[in-house]
Amino acid sequence: MAGMTIIVRTIARLLFPFMFLFGAYVVAHGHLTPGGGFPGGVIIAASFVMLILAYGIEQTQKRAGFVNAEVLESIGGLAIAILGLLGLLMGGLFLQNVFPLGELGHLFSAGNLPLLYLSVGIEVAAGILLIFYAMLFASRGENE
Amino acid sequence: MARVQQVLALVMIITVGTLLISAVSLTMPTFGSFPQRQIGENMENAIGQQILENAKRQTGAANVVTSVVWGYRGYDTLGEATVLFTAVVGVVMVFRAVRRPE
Amino acid sequence: MSLNYIIAMLLITLGLYCLLLKRNLIKMIIGLSVLSDGIHLFLISLGYRTGGIAAIVTGETMPGFAASAVDPIPQALVLTSIVINICILALALSFSIYAYRHYGTLNPSEIRRLKD
Repeated sequence: MAGMTIIVRTIARLLFPFMFLFGAYVVAHGHLTPGGGFPGGVIIAASFVMLILAYGIEQTQKRAGFVNAEVLESIGGLAIAILGLLGLLMGGLFLQNVFPLGELGHLFSAGNLPLLYLSVGIEVAAGILLIFYAMLFASRGENE
Repeated sequence: MARVQQVLALVMIITVGTLLISAVSLTMPTFGSFPQRQIGENMENAIGQQILENAKRQTGAANVVTSVVWGYRGYDTLGEATVLFTAVVGVVMVFRAVRRPE
Repeated sequence: MSLNYIIAMLLITLGLYCLLLKRNLIKMIIGLSVLSDGIHLFLISLGYRTGGIAAIVTGETMPGFAASAVDPIPQALVLTSIVINICILALALSFSIYAYRHYGTLNPSEIRRLKD
């Protein structure tokens, strides 16, 4: 899959950190503003898709490849299970809150809610990127 | 599909649509009447009202929807994360089989 | 008699029409997506309070928050449902790509008839 012209490549390279940062902001402030892990993960995946469309698949494989996306998705799913078992061991119920509650409106508050949203954000971003890679590899194999 | 089947399906869809629109405009509680619901014989407050009152004290999150998604209904979100994982595995598996005959 | 409910039922009817009477797999999948959009709109309009505010506690809305906020439960359910719809859409589209590779056509009646 070839890339695009030099104007598109320059703008995509300049815009990528801002899109990634916005997606990470939506994921991290899930317990204070609307949003959370699910839309934030989709925004992060969309920033990687923008890079793939602008530069072509061969150059982006080195940074955010297929194997990295598979490993990250499994880590995200495992983190939810580990947090639940931690609540079972130390609290008595599955997914019980064992972290301090903190004050209202601060970033480090609300117990294990920000940690849960962080793992879900990583899982959703890696998952949607993986779906995109799978469909792309199938159509590339057909053209050759 | 044969001609008769298409006409029959169209008639059924028009019937279902008329039934839905008439049911929604005649027998629903008024739009905007959130806490008052018909529970049993008398009008009481819905369960969302209790969650709105106690969420700040019990979870400590400023976003009440987040505390519902992970605090009061955490099992549903756990199931949804599992469904997402399974769907991604399924899609990768289908396209691995497409790539193989080449 | 409000507009939200009527438009939601209209969307459900249109999605059902696309799902039943079109002869292309991709158009049927689009009808499925429109159908679920109608259902989500209906669910969220159930929890509306007249003149209400969003269900987020900030510094200004602390007194009298529980008497003027909208229902948070349907919003959480619709969040889950949207993510599950993404999964259904991805799997359905990948199966239709596979069927197109194998049979050469996207017509569901012909796919049923050619038994390879």
